[in-house]
Formats: sequence, C-alpha cells, structure tokens
Amino acid sequence: MKKQAAYAAFVVLLLAAAAYAAFFIAPTDARQGVVYRIIFLHVPCAETGLLSFFVCFVGNVAYVLKRDAKWDWLGVSAAEVGLAFTTACLVTGPIWAKPVWGIWWTWDARLTSTAVLWLLYVAYLLLRSLIEEPERRALLSALFGIFAFIDVPLVFGSIRWWRTQHPQPVIMGGPGSGLDPTMKAVLFFCWAPMLALMVLLMQSRYRLEAMRGDLDVVRREMETA
Amino acid sequence: MGLGLLSNTLVLLGKELRTELRSRELLTTTVIFILLVMVLFSFTFDPSSSDARRFGAGLLWLAFLFAASLMLQPCFLREQTNDTLSALRLAVSDPFAILLAKLAANTLFLLATELLMLPVFAVLYNVPVFPVFGQLLLVFFLGSLGVSVAGTALSAISAQARMRELLLPLLLLPLLTPVLVASTQVTAGLLDVQPFVQWKGVGFLAVFDLVFLTALWLFGEYLLEE
Repeated sequence: MKKQAAYAAFVVLLLAAAAYAAFFIAPTDARQGVVYRIIFLHVPCAETGLLSFFVCFVGNVAYVLKRDAKWDWLGVSAAEVGLAFTTACLVTGPIWAKPVWGIWWTWDARLTSTAVLWLLYVAYLLLRSLIEEPERRALLSALFGIFAFIDVPLVFGSIRWWRTQHPQPVIMGGPGSGLDPTMKAVLFFCWAPMLALMVLLMQSRYRLEAMRGDLDVVRREMETA
Repeated sequence: MGLGLLSNTLVLLGKELRTELRSRELLTTTVIFILLVMVLFSFTFDPSSSDARRFGAGLLWLAFLFAASLMLQPCFLREQTNDTLSALRLAVSDPFAILLAKLAANTLFLLATELLMLPVFAVLYNVPVFPVFGQLLLVFFLGSLGVSVAGTALSAISAQARMRELLLPLLLLPLLTPVLVASTQVTAGLLDVQPFVQWKGVGFLAVFDLVFLTALWLFGEYLLEE
C-alpha cells in the first residue's frame, strides 16, 4: 500500500512537471498561438487510450485461451482506463478545433474512428454489467473485446475515404512535416506522466476487481453451505 | 473434416430455412420494418428525386442495419427455449458448422428482404435501380454477409445476457460501422445519375467479410460453450 502511495506521488510530480513544460518550456506556436498547447494533453491521452485498449485485447485473448480470472481483471481494468483517456481525448479535441478549424467537430477519419472506438468499449462494459455469472461474463466479454479490437483498423480504413481534416502526422509524417525540436521534446515528455498514470489507474482498478472476484467466491461458498 | 463440416452445415442450413419457411416470422417482420423506415424517412426529409439519389443509399443501409439488428435476435434465443443448442452441439463434429449454417441462413434472409424492398424504394423515391441491378446485388450480398457474420457472433453473445433485446443493437451497430460506410459509398455510386462501381468499396467489403469469417472460425467454438 505504501509503495502505491509513493508511486501515486511520483505520478502527480510527473504530471506537474509535464504541465510546467507544456506551459512554460514549449514555445508558442507561430500560427495557432497559445491554444495549440492543448496538444500536450490531447495527443498523449489519445495514444495512452489506444495502448490501454491494446492491453485489454491482450487480456481478452489470454483469457479465452488460458481461462485464468486474472486476465479478465486485466481486460476490464484496461478497458475502463482506456475509456477514461479516450474521453479526455474526445473532450480536448473540440476545445482545440473550435479556435483553429472554426468548428467543434468534423466527421473525419481520426475523430470518427475514435468516437466509434469509444462506443465499442462502452458496449464492452455494458455487456459485462448485464451478465451475472463471473465465468460467463469473462468469456463473452473477452470474445466481444476481441471482435471490437479487430474492427478498429477496419473502422479507420473505411472512414479514410472521406476527406480528412485532422492534421496529418506531424512527427515522422514525411518531407515537409516536422515539429519544433523543443515542442517535440515536450510532447514526448508529456507522454511519460500519462503512461505512468495509466499504470497507476490500471493497477488500482485491477486490485479492486481482484477483491471483487475473491468476495464473489466467498459469497458463493456461503450460499452453497 | 472439410467435407464433414460442409455436409453438417448444409443439413443445419436446411433446418434453419425450414424453421423460417414454416412460420415466416423473421421475413415478414423485417420487410415491414424496412418499409416503415422508408415511409417515415420521407416525412422527415420530403426528398426530391435528386435528394433521394444523395440520401437513398444511406437510408437503405441504415434501414437494413436496424432491421438486421432486430432480425438477428431470435437466432440463438430460439434454441434456448428447449435447450436445442446442446442437442445441436452433440450432433455435429465441428461446432463451427452451427455458426456457419446460422450465418448463411441470416445472409439469405437479409438478402431476400433487401431485394424485396429494393423495387419499393425505387418507386417511392423515384430512383431507377434496374439498370444497375446486378451490381447492387453484389453489394447487397457482400454487405449482408458482413452484417450476418458479425451479427451471428454477437447474437450468440447477447442471447446469454440480461436485457438481450436491447443489448444486441448496442453491441452490433458500432461494430458494423465499416460495413455501413463501405456499402453506402458503393450503393451511392450506383444510384448516381451516371452510375459507377466503386471497386475499392467492393473489395473493402470482401476484406471485412473475410476478416470476420476468420475471427469467427478461430473463436467460434468458445461462443457456443456451455
């Protein structure tokens, strides 16, 4: 417990350092002005969200093959944390888009895919809440999670046909693209606290789910006794 | 194994078709639902013929998708009343045959209702469809196959949950976004004043179908576990 508290304190410190870097170290964008600074929150949130969903997928596949409840706990923890980060990404996106693009929302590939991704994982958690028996819940939600994750590249590919308004990949986006070196460094630095936060949240959520699992076993033993 | 799977699937498909032809419950309700959507849609947009060319493809596919999410409900629910799914599992050597038969039946039912409603759409919205009938058939088939593959898998999942009637559309519709997008794009091209086939979209639908068929083949047996 002490270890986790120390780790949580470390995450808070990292977050504070990232906020400082985002506001005071990164230079102001020549065209977008101050508002661009939201990318230091928006981009790491998007990437961390995707990574969480990938962890969820790994948990799902492992559960189906191994049938160990631990993988199910990892799956649900990762899905919830991923959903939190994706929500943050979907909220910060329009805040940036309104002053820069002049609109809150556009149906372009990355925005739409993220919205569909969000809906898929909301459905995943909804499905879990509607199945009582733990093993059945674990298996069926894992299978749905696998189908959902396979669907993600297809969703993205299909929506790519519409002309896309989202900024093209700036980092490694080919010739002509590129971020100011300081901005780039800050952006990478901002990803670290998000990843640390992801680990912290997933760990706590996993522990909660494990306790729920144990409690359920005890409860069922009492019922049969 | 391959031949056994095929013959098992064909026998089970026969059973699915017989069950439906005796009651005709699924086909009737689905046809009426799609008709209803078409009529109600005209009240919300009051579309002219050129509007219909623009929105028609989207209207058709949304109606098909919603209808499918209703039509797929009884797919596994039906087997629960007398626990016939256990009997089916004992009867076949490869449980994939059960899924394959059900998805083939669902594709056929969906395709049949779509083809029945296509002339009605053409008349109600003044869009000529017969010159491109062959191409439309291809899109309808690939789209319906995609809907049925994903839908059969998810109906096996939702049948085991509470609130299953509400749950299936919530699980299925976001998953079908790629099918909706691709089918609508290709159909819109075909309903254009100068019709054209978007082969990219046709190929995309085929890829979707293949990906989900493979996933179903890999994970299908777990869906049918007791």
